[in-house]
Parts: sequence; structure tokens; C-alpha cells
Amino acid sequence: MTENITTAEWQSKVLSSSKPVLVDFWAEWCGPCRQVSPIVDEIAAENTEKLQVYKLNVDNEPQIAMQYGITGIPALIVFENGVPAKSIVGARPKAVLLTDLAEFIG
Amino acid sequence: MREVIIIGSGPAGYTAAIYAARAGLNPLLIASSVEAGGELMKTTEVENYPGFPDGLMGPDLMANFQAQAERFGTEILLDDVIEVDLRGDVKIIKTGEGKTFEAKAVILATGAAYRELGLPREKELSGHGVSWCATCDGFFFRQKTIAVVGGGDSAMEEANFLTRFADKVYLIHRRDSFKASKIMADRALNNPKIEVIWNTGIAGLKGEAKLEGVTLEDTVTGEKRELPLDGLFIAIGNDPRVWLVEGQVDLTPEKFINVEGRSSKTNLPGVFAAGDVIDPTYRQAITAAGSGCVAALDAEHYLTAH
Repeated sequence: MTENITTAEWQSKVLSSSKPVLVDFWAEWCGPCRQVSPIVDEIAAENTEKLQVYKLNVDNEPQIAMQYGITGIPALIVFENGVPAKSIVGARPKAVLLTDLAEFIG
Repeated sequence: MREVIIIGSGPAGYTAAIYAARAGLNPLLIASSVEAGGELMKTTEVENYPGFPDGLMGPDLMANFQAQAERFGTEILLDDVIEVDLRGDVKIIKTGEGKTFEAKAVILATGAAYRELGLPREKELSGHGVSWCATCDGFFFRQKTIAVVGGGDSAMEEANFLTRFADKVYLIHRRDSFKASKIMADRALNNPKIEVIWNTGIAGLKGEAKLEGVTLEDTVTGEKRELPLDGLFIAIGNDPRVWLVEGQVDLTPEKFINVEGRSSKTNLPGVFAAGDVIDPTYRQAITAAGSGCVAALDAEHYLTAH
């Protein structure tokens, strides 16, 4: 299972990471998030060398979601050198996500 | 080779699976990778599904459907069908994960996909103020001003649900009355946080990084005006999902799958269709479920005869 990240860890684990970081913004009450979640776990497990992956619960960490202007989940954002480099909103099949993420894991 | 494969996992697909499994047809149901459960996964309280006098949550209803289908031996695959060849006696189905299946009969229960407004920047602003799922995204609009566009039951439900979060919800509709059921429309009309804007369409979306407002157009006078908004929820209906079978299975002029009379039979032997993908009129969970039952019985009859 992919680790849930907190606001306190955001700077050290996401913004200061040397690797690209994929963050899956999700919530318990979001049906499509539950369907994307296992796909994100698989992508994380298959790309441990290239990509760091975390989940962020928007109920518990609303400031981070607000900071990045998120108004829809599931939202997957890739951070590179501390800034958002790619944003994918809405549930997508694994093959589509892999294509969208190709520049980071290809 | 399989006896029957069901494509789709809404009320039609799961009901077809329950009946086919109980008939001993050992069905495979291909549910989709990220949209399993269908449209009801995006709803909250379902109050009109018979047998549940206190109502229940849409996702819970679909979990029940799935459990009942699995109880009788339905195999469920969380994958997306990307290609079919339904013309021969052996039906061939290919999935996004690269699997190929063969079956003697196929039940198409692919449902309908939400309709877009078709405005410039709609895609870019999706997830940045523009949404199709109130239960997914309503949370992000606490104390905000938002609008729902549409006039059916979904639009009413979304508008009412969104008043839990938003300070103000405009309900924008092209006509001067709703086509929603009376109980749903009355609930919206009586909600003090909802203001209806009648006879009005949306002509444009404003905002760069995120939605900041819309251009409204009066459908009677053609007059335009701006309305500042933090969010826009689109609930203007659905289109049947037929791209997979277009060119193989006959469609109606409105692009629903064409079925024979009250049956689920398409023009192709061994290919049946059920639920919203054949239904331009009723489009309820219960009518879809009934239609899924019809398809399973038709498929069973076909398999016995062949």
C-alpha cells in the first residue's frame, strides 16, 4: 500500500525530493478514488526506481489541496523539483495513466 | 469458450449476471477498470429503488448488486473492453489489459456517458472548477458560489446535495420548466440556497487556471450576461456508449442500440443489449435492472436453441 502523506511532511518528502513525486489526492467518500487507488499502488510498485508515490487524504490535509487549487478528485499530480509538472484529474484506466505518466516512468 | 460475456457493471449488467449465473451459464462480467458500478457510483441517496423503503447510498446498492451476482458464480473482471467482433458465431472481446475472450453470446450493458456542454476550454477547466460529479467534488466548494446546469433529476439531486457545502447554488436551465420528477424539482425549488435561472444556456466559460465565471445566454431574447462562479456542475444528460459496437450492431437514429420489440435482441444473433444503452426514455436503475433480466433470459433461450 502506498503511504499517506501529511502536511507536515510535504516539504521534505514532496518538494525536496530528488525523484519525481506522484501524489494521489483522494477521500473516503469519493467512489472513483477507490477505483483509482489500487491502480496507483500498482504503478508505484512497478516504478519504485523512477517515481516516488504518495497519497494525500484531502479531508485530513485540506490546506495542501487548497494550495494546489484542487476542485476535483481523484487528482494525480506529479511534482518535479518542487513544482507541479503534470496534473491528471478524474479516474483513468491504468493504460491511460501509464501513457500520461510516460515522461516520468518511460 | 464462454457461454456468455456481459459488458458493463451497472444495474443492467449485474442483473443480467445474476440471472445468467443462476441459469448455470457461468458468466464473465467485464466491469471496467475505473468506472465499475456505473452511474450510481456517483450518486448519494437512492430513494426510489423498490425493496429499500429507507433508501440507500448508490455505491452501497451497487455493492449489493455485485455481491448477489458473485454469490451465484459470476466472474467479475475489472478491465476495459477496447475492441469487439460480434459478427460471427464466436464473439471475440479484447480488453485494455491485453486479454482476449471468446463467447457464444454477449450482453451489451455499457450504459451512457455524461454529456459535455461542448464549449471551448471545458476540458482544461475540468477539475479546476468544472465538474460532472457533485458527490466527488462538492467538498471543494465550501462557502463558495456555484451553479448546476440541467433540468432533470440528476441536476436537482446535484443542486440539493451541493447546498450542503456551497453558500449559493444557481440552477441554470434552458427552458421554463424542469423535466425532473415533481418531488425532486420541488425539493430544489423550495431550497433557500438554490436560485433558478430559467430560459438560460451557458455560452462560455471564463477563467484561465481555474473557472471564474460563465457567460449566460437567454434562450428567448438571446441577451448575454456574465455570472461570476467558483464552480460549475454539468448535469445535462447522457449519451449511450456505443462506440465499441458502432458499425457492427444496428443503432437507432438517436444512436441507441436498436433492439427488437420488447426483447433485448440486436440485429446480430447471440448479441443482446440492456439498460441505458437501449433506453432513450426511462433510464432508471429499476428499468435498467429489468432490462438486464430480459437480456439474460433472451441469451439463455438463444444458447439453448443453439
